[in-house]
Amino acid sequence: MTTTDARTSGRKPAQLVDMNWDPITRIIGNLGIYTKIDFANREVVECHSTSSLFRGYSVFMKGKDPRDAGFITSRICGICGDNHTTCSNYAQQMAYGVKPPKLAEHITNLGEAAEYIFDHTIFQDNLVFVDFCEAMVKATNPGVLARAERTDAPRGDVHGYRTIAEIMKAFNPFEGEVYKEALKVSRITREMFCLMEGRHVHPSTLYPGGVGTMPQPSVFTDYLSRLMRVIDFVKKAVAMNDDVFDFFYEALPGYEEVGKRRILLGCWGAFQNPDVVDYRYATMNEWGKAMYVTPGIVVDGKLVTNNLVDINLGLRIMLGSSFYEDWVNEDPFVTHDPLGNPIDMRHPWNQTTVPVPQKRDFQGNYSWVMSPRWYHPDTGEHLALDTGGGPLARLWSTALSGLVDTPYVKATGGGIRITLPKGEKLPETTLEWRIPKWSNTLERDRARPYFIAYAAAMALQFLEEAMGMLQSGDTKVFENFEVPDESIGCGFHEAVRGVLSHHLVIRDKKIANYHPYPPTPWNASPRDIYGTPGPYEDAVMGQPIFEENGPDDFKGVDIMRTVRSFDPCLPCGVHMYMGKGKTLSTVHSPTYGANHG
Amino acid sequence: MTTQSGTTEARADAPEGFDEITILWISEGMSCDGDTVSLTAAGQPSIEDVVLGLIPGLPRVNLVNKVLSPSLGGEDFLAPYRKAARGELEPFILVIEGSIPNQNIIEGDGYWTSFGNDPATGEPQTLNWWIDQLAPRAWAVVAAGTCATFGGIHAMAGNPTGCMGLADYLGWEFKARSGLPVVNVPGCPIQPENFMETLVWVLQHAAGTAPPPPLDHMLRPQWLFGKTVHEGCDRAAYYEQADFAKDYNSPKCQVKVGCWGPVVNCNVPKRGWMSGIGGCPNVGGICIGCTMPSFPDAFMPFMDEPPGGTLSSMVIKPYGAVIRRLRGITNDMVNHEPRWRHNKQKLTSGYNPHWRA
Ligand code: SF4
Ligand code: SF4
Repeated sequence: MTTTDARTSGRKPAQLVDMNWDPITRIIGNLGIYTKIDFANREVVECHSTSSLFRGYSVFMKGKDPRDAGFITSRICGICGDNHTTCSNYAQQMAYGVKPPKLAEHITNLGEAAEYIFDHTIFQDNLVFVDFCEAMVKATNPGVLARAERTDAPRGDVHGYRTIAEIMKAFNPFEGEVYKEALKVSRITREMFCLMEGRHVHPSTLYPGGVGTMPQPSVFTDYLSRLMRVIDFVKKAVAMNDDVFDFFYEALPGYEEVGKRRILLGCWGAFQNPDVVDYRYATMNEWGKAMYVTPGIVVDGKLVTNNLVDINLGLRIMLGSSFYEDWVNEDPFVTHDPLGNPIDMRHPWNQTTVPVPQKRDFQGNYSWVMSPRWYHPDTGEHLALDTGGGPLARLWSTALSGLVDTPYVKATGGGIRITLPKGEKLPETTLEWRIPKWSNTLERDRARPYFIAYAAAMALQFLEEAMGMLQSGDTKVFENFEVPDESIGCGFHEAVRGVLSHHLVIRDKKIANYHPYPPTPWNASPRDIYGTPGPYEDAVMGQPIFEENGPDDFKGVDIMRTVRSFDPCLPCGVHMYMGKGKTLSTVHSPTYGANHG
Repeated sequence: MTTQSGTTEARADAPEGFDEITILWISEGMSCDGDTVSLTAAGQPSIEDVVLGLIPGLPRVNLVNKVLSPSLGGEDFLAPYRKAARGELEPFILVIEGSIPNQNIIEGDGYWTSFGNDPATGEPQTLNWWIDQLAPRAWAVVAAGTCATFGGIHAMAGNPTGCMGLADYLGWEFKARSGLPVVNVPGCPIQPENFMETLVWVLQHAAGTAPPPPLDHMLRPQWLFGKTVHEGCDRAAYYEQADFAKDYNSPKCQVKVGCWGPVVNCNVPKRGWMSGIGGCPNVGGICIGCTMPSFPDAFMPFMDEPPGGTLSSMVIKPYGAVIRRLRGITNDMVNHEPRWRHNKQKLTSGYNPHWRA
């Protein structure tokens, strides 16, 4: 939780105002953020995150043919549907005991790399950055904009903008140069995606057992030529983002407190290594660690584990504030994993989803989202892990593990080095992301363009290897399999915005149970049975307010920056609360806030 | 193989035409927002082209959509919707994305999906409430994507929400102020250009520069959904020669490994997914019928040969005419929605959360 204790001395009587943002636009699902803000002390004192949408995948997949799972689960998400299909196929491959041909892994990796580049670009440049653009800063912190006009951009030689304010201007929605270019890049990178996976959003060529994509040289050269067209944009994006985020720390001392939480990051790993992965549960720790983004759980800056088996065993799905009936009295589907480890009743393999629509009550149940947590075996805590919006956790976990060592990407223990080749205008460039001091809003955002570079660099390697196979005549992309009568499987992957797992139980060749856990339930979860708030709630609660506007024309930009830093699903645009919250009460308690959090 | 001909009569009395029109887009149906995301992939024309007035013959368009609206959001974002609900904003086109849940099966105060809160009570305002307010006042109503047109994935057998498509909800006889029925643009998600073209035609009609778009009996644009996948497929020559792929490693016809192309109305293999790139059977993906009223149930399990596929593949040459007729029958079958998509007070989807086999 955000530390505000340092600011409790010299507090003024609280002036509490209820402010809510519902719907928050440009996300998938219906997210609402409900806060109480203390304008006297300029901080958020309470936050509830709620989702008002139920769709029911884990219910209606029961009894279906398990091979259909990837096609169906893609439709969970309209922006990262392919991540679901991929994850589903991973889970199915474990259940069926099938290992796809290597070339299929390369094609899937290339599709996923294009997806990361596309999605992070459109999200960062057309949504997140709008919160930092000239128009927005002018409306919320005019003093900061004045300073930005006087501040030279340190990396101007790379991106071409002289001052910080010029960068901010380039991100103005619809008019700014970078804003418009980002939309174009998002189309080019989606074409790259379609070359590998057929269609964007819901791919057509991915199957359990491999892909149907025709492995012709032109597929790969068409991809490569597009990748090279965007490579300089990627280098510039990193430089511009770094300039602006560094400037914010400088211009608004204390901004590191915005959206700061305890470091509790989860990453489930991405980009299978085709030479190692065999999808068997028994060898999952080995092939998990061979992935080109290393899975891991990072607590207080330390790597707790990078074993996928441990990660799997610790998953717990809790209720507490959600519109569902508990399943604790059902028969378990899975009592032990294939290695003989006991499986908890609150594990996704054993979950039964029974929706109970009801009135929203912030003292009771208030969301259709459940509360995924990770049980730390050493401390007994149920950790409300977040994904850092995806990239922060991915880079952090990969850096600490120090296992990724490829021609273009290298994990160094303290960071990640990424080398991008010469592009149209800019020379070969080596970027270095270093583990930051905080898990906060600015660092979640900063990690994103670095991960775009990471994905682009990995794509180069996958392309080279795939082309090599093709040229030597190795063109097999699909391996046949039988659906067993009874089996279980799990898939671990990274959706664009973070951890993604699918858990599958097969009985009589049908789906007996299926539970997908995408990143947004982790990040957007409400308070669990122990009262532990979910990550959005936790990150917003206690955060200071830097916006210069008062309650009457308050826009909530600092709060929106925090929520957006987690990448709540859908790209694009500016969306803020306009004005006039309802004044709740003026609490004459000079120590209000000392005991919250 | 084409579908039955349309239900919209070209009206002699084309409207006088509007100079300006608002598009109120609601994606709070049970959707993945994939249709909005797809829309941003369109290049011919792009949504920016339409909004910035670069397409001749259209009225000025005010787009209110979560992705592209210049509004600051919150109540400010909801303001035009509220205005329209009060009857103070005319004319407008209502676009719905996502399946429409059946609120009638909920007892008590719960909701399946909502869009903003009631300003008076602070309680969530359901999607159904908004549709009830806005559809009767809309100049045209457009359903974007298979969820909104026919119910789609979320309306599959065993679903708990009893959801359905917009025309099921409003009634298939529904007519908007323009006299147009619900305009259905199916696709899971919409093929980007298919949607933009349809929208442009509706807008030209609003401007008075074009007759109403021709729709088929399922209210789909005829020129987009009048042919089958198969008719546009690169692999059709293999089909003709009864040369079939045995698994997904092959460039040959995929009918034996799950392709439903022969009976599905969709132009994606011909058109590609975006800028002519990608698609389904043409690039190695089976057609799972994602544009169809009976999607997904009629096409599952997806990876198996469609019933009748063998017959048609064996007798393909000598009995072409017979096959065409058989194909027609199957096409009719998959052009109907399952019966459980309705707005009655009963859930008939076969929902059973405790299924354990
Ligand atoms: S792959 Fe499908 S659409 Fe193409 S020819 Fe074969 S059956 Fe027809
Ligand atoms: S070809 Fe089939 S699966 Fe592909 S978009 Fe058309 S209907 Fe959907």
